[in-house]
This record gives sequence, C-alpha cells and structure tokens, in this order.
Amino acid sequence: MVRQPAAGLGARIVVNGALVISALYFLLPIVWVVIAGTKSPSDLYSSFGLWFSDTPQAIENLGRVFTQDGGIFSVWLLNSLLYAGVGALGATVLAIACGYGFAKYVFRGREFLFSAVLGGVLVPATIVALPLYFLLNPLGITGTAWSVLLPSLVSPFGVYLARIHANASVPDEVIEAARIDGAGDVRIFGSISVRMMMPAAITVFLFQFVAIWNNFLLPLVMLDNQKTFPVTLGLTLWNSQTQRDPLFTQLVITGSAVSVVVLVALMIAVQRFWRADLSAGATKG
Amino acid sequence: MSSTTRTQSRGAIVLFVAPFLVMFALFFVAPIGYAIVESLFAVKSSGLGFGPPEEVFVFFSNYVTALTSSSFLESLGRLVLFSLIEVPLMVVTAVGLALLVDSAHARFGKAFRVIAFAPYAVPGVIAAILWGFLYVPSTSPILQVLGGVGIDISPLSSDTVLFAIANIALWTFAGYNMYILLASLSSIPRELFEAAKLDGAGEWQITWQIKVPLLRPSIILVTVFTIIGTLQLFAEPLVLRPLTTAISSDFTPNLAAYNQTFAQGNPNLAAAMAVIVALIGFAFSFGFLRFVNRKENRAW
Repeated sequence: MVRQPAAGLGARIVVNGALVISALYFLLPIVWVVIAGTKSPSDLYSSFGLWFSDTPQAIENLGRVFTQDGGIFSVWLLNSLLYAGVGALGATVLAIACGYGFAKYVFRGREFLFSAVLGGVLVPATIVALPLYFLLNPLGITGTAWSVLLPSLVSPFGVYLARIHANASVPDEVIEAARIDGAGDVRIFGSISVRMMMPAAITVFLFQFVAIWNNFLLPLVMLDNQKTFPVTLGLTLWNSQTQRDPLFTQLVITGSAVSVVVLVALMIAVQRFWRADLSAGATKG
Repeated sequence: MSSTTRTQSRGAIVLFVAPFLVMFALFFVAPIGYAIVESLFAVKSSGLGFGPPEEVFVFFSNYVTALTSSSFLESLGRLVLFSLIEVPLMVVTAVGLALLVDSAHARFGKAFRVIAFAPYAVPGVIAAILWGFLYVPSTSPILQVLGGVGIDISPLSSDTVLFAIANIALWTFAGYNMYILLASLSSIPRELFEAAKLDGAGEWQITWQIKVPLLRPSIILVTVFTIIGTLQLFAEPLVLRPLTTAISSDFTPNLAAYNQTFAQGNPNLAAAMAVIVALIGFAFSFGFLRFVNRKENRAW
C-alpha cells in the first residue's frame, strides 16, 4: 500500500483537531458547572468561569443543597430514581413481551396494531400529556406518583426494538423444539426467549430510564406537591426563585452539578451495554 | 396442530401482547382521542347566564381561533424556522462526527464516544439552565473572553435566540445521534474498504463513495427523530424566559397550549393547538420520507 506521508499527516491533524474541538464543546457546560459548584456566590461573578476561585467552598455548597427546605433535594433525587427505575423496568417487561408476541405469533390485526404502535413513536408529547391530565384528574391520580409512573410504562419504541430483535435473535426452530419437548408458550418465553432477548431488554431499559429521568412536561403537568417532584422539576422550581432571592443561584448551580455528575457517571458506567446498533439496524428491517 | 394447542397459543398471544396494548390504549390513544374530541367543543355559559356553563359542540371554531390568532401563527412560524435551523445542523453535525470518529486517522475514538454521549444524560431543562449561565455575560467565561478581545455577542437577543436554543438541543443530542450512525458504520464489512483501497481509492473517496451512501437509512432515521424532537420545543424556552425579553409566554405552540390549559383555563383551544402541532409533525415526517423515497432511484 503506497501512502504519501505528508498528506496523511495533514489529514490526521485536521481529523483529530476537529475531534478535540468537538470534545471541548461537549465538555464545556459540564466542566463549567462542576467548577461553578465549588464557588461562593460572589466568586461566581468575580472569578473566571473555567477555573477554581481562591476560596473554594464545595463542601459548604453541597451542605446547603442537601439541607435546603428540610433536605428536599435528596427527595427529588430519590423520586427521579424511583420514577425512572420502576417505570423503565415495567416498560421493559411490557415492551419485550409485546414485541415477542408480535414477532413470533400470527394473529388477526397484527400488522394494524403494530402500525398503530409505530405511529406512537411519531406523536409529540404535548398532545398526550395535556389531555392525560384531564383524563386522570377525575380519578384522583393527578398529583400522585402514579400519574407519572403509569404513563411511563408505555414505550412504543421499545416494542418496535423488541419485535425486530426477537425476529433476529430467537430462531423459530428453538421454539418448535421446546414445544415438541412439551414446554408451554409461557415457559418457552420465560426460560428461553427472554434470555436470547437480553441485549434488547437492556437497551429498552436504558432508553426508557433516560427518557423518564429527562422528562419534564409530564411531571410539570401532573404534579403539584414538591415532595413528589423529580429532580428536573425541583431544580426548575429553585431556578424560578433566583430573581426573588439571588442565593438560589448557587443552589441551582450546585444542584445541577450534582445531578449531572451522578447521571453522567451512571451513563458512562452502562454505556457498553447500550446497543445503539439495535436502533440503527431497525431501519434495515 | 391440535385445537387445544391452538387455544393455548391464543391465550399466550393475549398474555404477551395485551398488557402493553391496554396500557398503550389507556395512556396514549385515549388522551389523543380525548384531545381531538375536546378540540371540537367549547365551554359556554348557558343562554340567560344562569345555571352552570356547558360544553357545546362548535365544529372547527377552536381551530379557526388558533389559526387566526397572530401570536399563535407567529409561534408556529417560529417553530418551523427553528426546525429549519435545527434539523440540518443536527444531521450534518452527527454525520460529520460519526465519519470523523470512524476515519482511519482518528486517534482517540473511544474516549470521544464517551465524551460526546455524556450530554445525552443531561435532562433538557438542566442543559437549558447550564447554557443559560453561559449565555449571560456576568457568568459566561466564553462571552467574557470574547468581550475581552472586542467581540460582543448576546446570544439571547431576539435575533439570535433561536440559534441559542438550537445549540442547546444540538449539544444534548448530537452525540446520541452520532452513536446511532457509528453503530451503522461499524456494520459495514471492512473488506469493502480494503477492496476500495486496492483499487486506489483514498480515505476521502471511501468516505463519500462508500460510507455516506451506506449510512442513508440511519441518516433518514436520525432526521425523522430530530424533526419530531424539534416540534416538542417547550422546556428550553421556558427555562431561558426569565433571562431575556426575546422569549414570550407563547414563544412556541407547545408553550401556548400549556398556557391555554393552565393559565387561561381554555383546554379546548389548547387541544386544538396540540392537534395542529401533531398534524404538522406528521406532515413534516411523512413529507420527508416521501421525498427521500421518491429520490431513491437516484444516488441521493
């Protein structure tokens, strides 16, 4: 293979230079908020934003975030974890079972129902969340954790991924063989198919976990009691008070830093389980 | 197959498929149906002003109200403009980053994937809060440095605020979209590149003649998801609003619908607004899909 070293070097500089600049762009707000989270309210405005001040007070800031309003911030973090964890787990079970059913059984109306579910992927959240408030309000569910948890159990995209993955990774021969051995449909699904679909299940779980954790409109519409807020809604509440009381600015910054660091660390830890190729492969189906 | 196993498997089908479909019907289809029905009604006080107000069927009156309100039309126009900025920006950035990382010259692709993916874990509202600080001169190191060398920009002025919001969405989702595209690049057999190299193709030609055409389905997927995402624009302007006068309380149709529901107490009008946004979303998505499919016979 003949290669011109000069041209190769130039290309290498351009490619890696562009990657370094992009990396700095993605890191900038995260680095800024972590540094700003260590500053006193006055240093926030008087010291350079991308370096620590001479009088860091990270511990004091963290203490204030976790003691403000009787420690409500920890409640918000736990609520987010509860909504995202339980919601994503339930959504994964429903989506994997349904996707498997769509993939492995032929029944009347199958393609129509699947198209309806697929259409759900294209629907903007506003047309679901606002009317849902009026449907759930007479039932007395609005304002409770259920009003956020129950709608979070529905992941049309999860069903879509599960169907494609079941088609690709659960061979019909395996199901037939188990059936000849006398296993029932439910047992085949529970002991054989679910294991084969594990990569899809993990992807659906992570996808829905992030979707629920990042959701803002649904809790904003449904919840009115601070004790039920997820961290997104809680930080927005503090953010809306910064104009009345400037001290809230530091609370918002340190609180944001905590929630960003927690979730980014979590994300990096699980990133290798995230099978984006499943969603990419989806287009080939 | 005997009739007993057939019945058994019918039970299994219901057991697998029904739980999701019931939840989907209750929490997805029902609210949309409710919104469509409600958008055709209005609350009117009864004839003489006595008695409780009642819901009256008004046909498309709410749609006429929405579509003749200049502020709602402005917010629709703003949303379309935002899509026209955001969708090409996102797709070009995500494709560009994926091709850079996949290039033979890239040195630290693994680390870059992690860094670019990290913002996806930051909720849109928190991303908006962070960038809000970076858009205000008193706290933004970037604006301070630029100001120091004589460049004064105010990202939240009415001329640039849409770009400021587009940047927040780009920051949050570009890495995620890059990830989808990278996954699809990695499924291209490497022998294809070797063969092209033997035929004398350079890195540049391999990128444009092989990688980009094979990425087509994933680019279409990313484009459609970005179109849907831009139409949801709600949290970012809501968070940035206190920082600037350039963002009104009905800056986007979704903000207008939210305000009609909870501040103005007119959920019927809000329902009509939400239906309009959903219809525009379908029109954009299907329009785009038809456009790319019609051109399918040509190269692009």
